[in-house]
Amino acid sequence: MIAELGHFALAMALAIGVLLTLVPLIGAQRGNVLWMSLARPAARAQFLFVALAFAALAHAFINNDFSLAYVAQNSNSALPLAYRISALWGAHEGSLLLWVLLLSAWSCAVSFGSRGLPLAFSARVLAVMGAISVGFLLFMLATSNPFLRQLPPPSDGADLNPLLQDFGLVVHPPMLYTGYVGFSVAFAFAIAGLIGGHLDSAWARWARPWTLLAWTFLTLGIALGSWWAYYELGWGGWWFWDPVENASFMPWLLGTALIHSLAATEKRDVFKSWTVLLAIGAFGLSLLGTFLVRSGVLTSVHAFASDPARGVFILVFLVLVIGGALALYAWRGTSMQSGASYALTSRESFLLANSVLLTVSCATVLLGTLYPLVLDALGLGKISVGPPYFNAVFVPLMAPLVVLLGLGQHARWKQDRFAELCRGLRLPLLGTLVLLATAVATLSEARSPRAVFGLALAFWVLASSVGGVLRRCRARSAPWAAFMHLPAAYLGQHLAHIGFAVTIIGVTLVSLDTVDVHSRAAPGDSVTAGDYVFTFAAATPIEGPNYDGTAARFEVTRDGEHVTTLSAEKRNYHVRGMPMTEAGIAPGLRRDLYVSLGEPLDEKTWSVRVSVKPFVRWLWLGALLMAAGGAVAMCDPRFRRLATRLAARAATGGAVTG
Amino acid sequence: MLVIGLGVLGIGVAVALILAAFNQNLMYFYSPSEVARGEAPGNRAFRLGGMVVKGSVQRDPQDLTVRFAVTDFAQQRTVTYKGILPDLFREGQGIVAIGQLDPGGVFVASEVLAKHDENYMPPEVAQALKDGKAQAGMKP
Repeated sequence: MIAELGHFALAMALAIGVLLTLVPLIGAQRGNVLWMSLARPAARAQFLFVALAFAALAHAFINNDFSLAYVAQNSNSALPLAYRISALWGAHEGSLLLWVLLLSAWSCAVSFGSRGLPLAFSARVLAVMGAISVGFLLFMLATSNPFLRQLPPPSDGADLNPLLQDFGLVVHPPMLYTGYVGFSVAFAFAIAGLIGGHLDSAWARWARPWTLLAWTFLTLGIALGSWWAYYELGWGGWWFWDPVENASFMPWLLGTALIHSLAATEKRDVFKSWTVLLAIGAFGLSLLGTFLVRSGVLTSVHAFASDPARGVFILVFLVLVIGGALALYAWRGTSMQSGASYALTSRESFLLANSVLLTVSCATVLLGTLYPLVLDALGLGKISVGPPYFNAVFVPLMAPLVVLLGLGQHARWKQDRFAELCRGLRLPLLGTLVLLATAVATLSEARSPRAVFGLALAFWVLASSVGGVLRRCRARSAPWAAFMHLPAAYLGQHLAHIGFAVTIIGVTLVSLDTVDVHSRAAPGDSVTAGDYVFTFAAATPIEGPNYDGTAARFEVTRDGEHVTTLSAEKRNYHVRGMPMTEAGIAPGLRRDLYVSLGEPLDEKTWSVRVSVKPFVRWLWLGALLMAAGGAVAMCDPRFRRLATRLAARAATGGAVTG
Repeated sequence: MLVIGLGVLGIGVAVALILAAFNQNLMYFYSPSEVARGEAPGNRAFRLGGMVVKGSVQRDPQDLTVRFAVTDFAQQRTVTYKGILPDLFREGQGIVAIGQLDPGGVFVASEVLAKHDENYMPPEVAQALKDGKAQAGMKP
């Protein structure tokens, strides 16, 4: 009964979505205030109904209602409660529902946060988001309904994939999706701006906090995914250039270009067309990513054949959204005139270079991800593009980006004198050299040319960011007070760049200096990795709620002194009969010690993997700092002040039409 | 003008580098039958897929070297690999191995992949098995 209620709520949400799309849009064209004001209540009502559907499905999972086919395929009565809930988004149908829930939550948030915006503009923004929700709800109801009954119900469910029975997978998809879906706001702002014909710096100022928030979530989501893969997949990798990962990385690359380009549009009224294209691209890739990962296209192009309706719907939807947006851009975008000119040596130029490099990087990832799919679909052979390709093209593209980042932070808007720019860079350059010398002197990992190169890039960003803040504060009479009053957007920018530097340090050292040893070991045997000796102390049987297995205890010593004790497990999940590896990890800022069990070779002997991974934590620490930077920048009161000013103007009878 | 020229030049160089890297790192998939017909390259890495032949897995008692055969039901190919096999590697399971042929025709794998799902067969492998069965005159 509750499931039928959920189904009904979805249908209601679809109906409201249609209203939300049509009425405000027509109202905005005709200047009808009543029709335009329908957008906000409609967006909130839609959120309520989708939330109701979501709650209904969650109820079915919590109460083991296996008469729902989707629940039966993805849950089991022996599954712990937390995983029964997260099983909701463990497969295609449920993750679509999560997507729609988040989309309507963003619409709802925009409906509350857009009071300062002109009515026609906010009506169009919400209408565009409503149109996207219509597409998704139609797709769900027509081809991927999670509320379908399966009668008679099976006695128990087929269980959640054991890989997904983990805290990382409880939080990773919602975080990632919040980021993906968040770009729909930037997209809707771009479309609304195109329709209304006012893409100016005020527009960019409205769009910035929303885009920053989406980017922050996406950054966190990707970092969580990487962390999860590191400890859960059992071989200690943190990035595989797997198509699924690429699908989340591409919108991040374009999203990063977008937040930089938006900054230039806001401050200097430049790059308007480009910003709009980036907003369309970032959201287009988010859509593509969602579908690629969850529709089964990536495991096989032929998955389309099992349900051709899905594949066709997805293609049509993608073409409509991206093609429609680009057509609108071609029609209205020509009227955009850049308001300002800038010299070759100026911050604008550096931001332009940033955009170009990020976009080219994104294009290379797209090529490597889609080309095998296209070739296979056309029957031209089965190929794969492995990590060597991505590493070979990505590093040469990132290196200039990083160098320019350090320079660009110090350049003035509009025009700067090259000589003056160079003078300002003496301090950061000195800082880079000092840091580099210290690192080479103290870290045994930092001696190879490639490590020195990577660290030099990271320190350059670090010194440039810290140096920038110092210089700005020192120029004032009271430096500390000046620091406390730095604009949040400025602080966020530097925090995120420092995070980027920290990530580069982690990537460089863990990629170049990881010691990874595979060996046979029985209790009593020792395996040496770098300076550390891992002794296999004992193996004991274990029993979990829905699995059993073996736990192996390892004592780690260095120069004869005890460092830590690690426990690695090999589990066998009963329902799916699937083996799983739980690595034993001793985390540390300096290095992680990592041990995982391979397979039993005879009665006592196991194959084991033992690793020392220097600075691997810095990867995710940097990502956290980047996300924190995005969150801080978003809170800049400047973004709200403008909104309030506009609201005041509207209240005193100013023009409200977009 | 200079800026545009430099920009075009930069993008041109980038595209050239990318396509070169792309070309070098493409990896093709071959079934044991295709390898037996000599279609697979001898001097470059490729992916070999098929079913692990039951009873073919032999382990070295000293280290982690393992030797097994993969089949598409028409032809077999011996594969050697040194290292830890994935959790779902077992006899009768579809796998994909990445590596090169040695002069003796043995496939030396640098990586072995078995997907993380009991029922999942890599699509290339499924196709190869179907073709192999057809070739061997079995009902697919």
